Parts: sequence; C-alpha cells; structure tokens
Amino acid sequence: MAVRIQTKDFDAGAEIAALRRGNPKIGAVASFIGVCRDANDGTAVTTMTLEHYPGMTEKALEKIVAEAKARWDLMEVLVVHRVGELKPTDQIVLVVVTGAHRGEAFAACEFIMDYLKTRAPFWKKEETPQGARWVEARSSDDEAAERWNPPKAAVA
Amino acid sequence: MKIKVLYLASLREQLGKSGEDLEISPATSTVAALRTVLMARGGAWQTALAQGKALRVAVNQEMAQPTTPVKPGDEIAFFPPVTGG
Repeated sequence: MAVRIQTKDFDAGAEIAALRRGNPKIGAVASFIGVCRDANDGTAVTTMTLEHYPGMTEKALEKIVAEAKARWDLMEVLVVHRVGELKPTDQIVLVVVTGAHRGEAFAACEFIMDYLKTRAPFWKKEETPQGARWVEARSSDDEAAERWNPPKAAVA
Repeated sequence: MKIKVLYLASLREQLGKSGEDLEISPATSTVAALRTVLMARGGAWQTALAQGKALRVAVNQEMAQPTTPVKPGDEIAFFPPVTGG
C-alpha cells in the first residue's frame, strides 16, 4: 500500500527496508520525515492535533503519488501520515521514493511533500499556553507547490 | 435534491456542526450557489462562508471550484486551506 493514514508512529528504517526488499534495480532511496516542533510563529506548542477528511485523504495522496510517477521514472513510493494527538519531537509524515538514480528520487520526494502540503486534506490544531489555535496555511507552501507547474507558454 | 454537506476543521467549530443532509432546490446547481444558500442562514454562516474567506470545497472527495456542478446524492465538503505535512 503506497499511502497510509495512521495514529501510531512509524519506523522509517523498517519501512525503507520493506520497500527495497528483493529489488536489485533500486539504486537510490530518498526520504523525508516531518516532525512536530515545540514552537510555531514564536509561540510554544505543547500538543498538536491532526485532523483529516477520511476517504478524500487517501484519494488525494494516491493522486499525488500517481502524478509523481508520471513525472519521474520511479520504482516504489510510500507516504505515511499520522493523525490524532502529537507532541513535540513526534514524527508526523514519512515520504520514501525509490528509483534507479538519485535525481528523480530527490525531486519526486520534494514534489510529493510540496503537493501534500497544499492538496491533501489535513489540518493542524496547536495547543499553546494562550489556548488552542488552528494552524494557518502559509503562502510559502503555495509558492513551493506552484514551482512544479509546467512553465507557462511564451506569449507571442 | 438531496445532498450531504460536511464542515471540517476550523469551519466545523465556527459553524458548530460537522455536517448535515440537505434538501436543496435544483436551482442550487453549483458549489458557489450552495455557498450562497448556506450564507443566507446569517450569523456564523454569513461570517464563516463570506466571499473573502479562504475556503476550499470538495465534491465527492475531489477538490472543486465555485463552478463545479452539484448533483443529487453528492457529498460536498467545505474546509479551510489544508495544513498537513
């Protein structure tokens, strides 16, 4: 299964080993782990709760993985995203991309994260000393996703 | 026509509701029209769904646009811009 939503933690080493097992064609493994920080926008964060839209989340992530596979010559892709209550230092998300060479693996891993940040229906709520607050979407995330769009056709 | 509407994350808290089954007029045939119908309830609905608010909408679990058609039996979800990862 290329996409998993779960409350429990993940073991990146075990996930990568499982993804590579028995495939001698793989020459590159790129991975990304997103981690819960203890502060955001200058305020301490004690707990973060991740909510999602069951049903749509899986479809949205599968679509992102399919698009990455269409853009680059990849082998296996895995996305694991946790939901529920997380504490600072907890792992949030894992993306693993395997391919024959590093170029496509690096690029696809970053592409998947950029698209996940702007297209997969997850929301974060933070507990701070001043109370609970929903995390606001960042325009820098939109810009990061935009740069993967094909260049606009030159205007005649 | 009958549709199912969901309100997620901060929008659910603002509206005090996670979703509802609605009977709407066939004239409410797009996402934008449905938003207008919901805003007409006034109060928190008027504020939370106001045009200037950054809102995303999914129809049958696919990202939608204001012009996306609404059909009988559809599941329409309103939510704020996503913040996962």
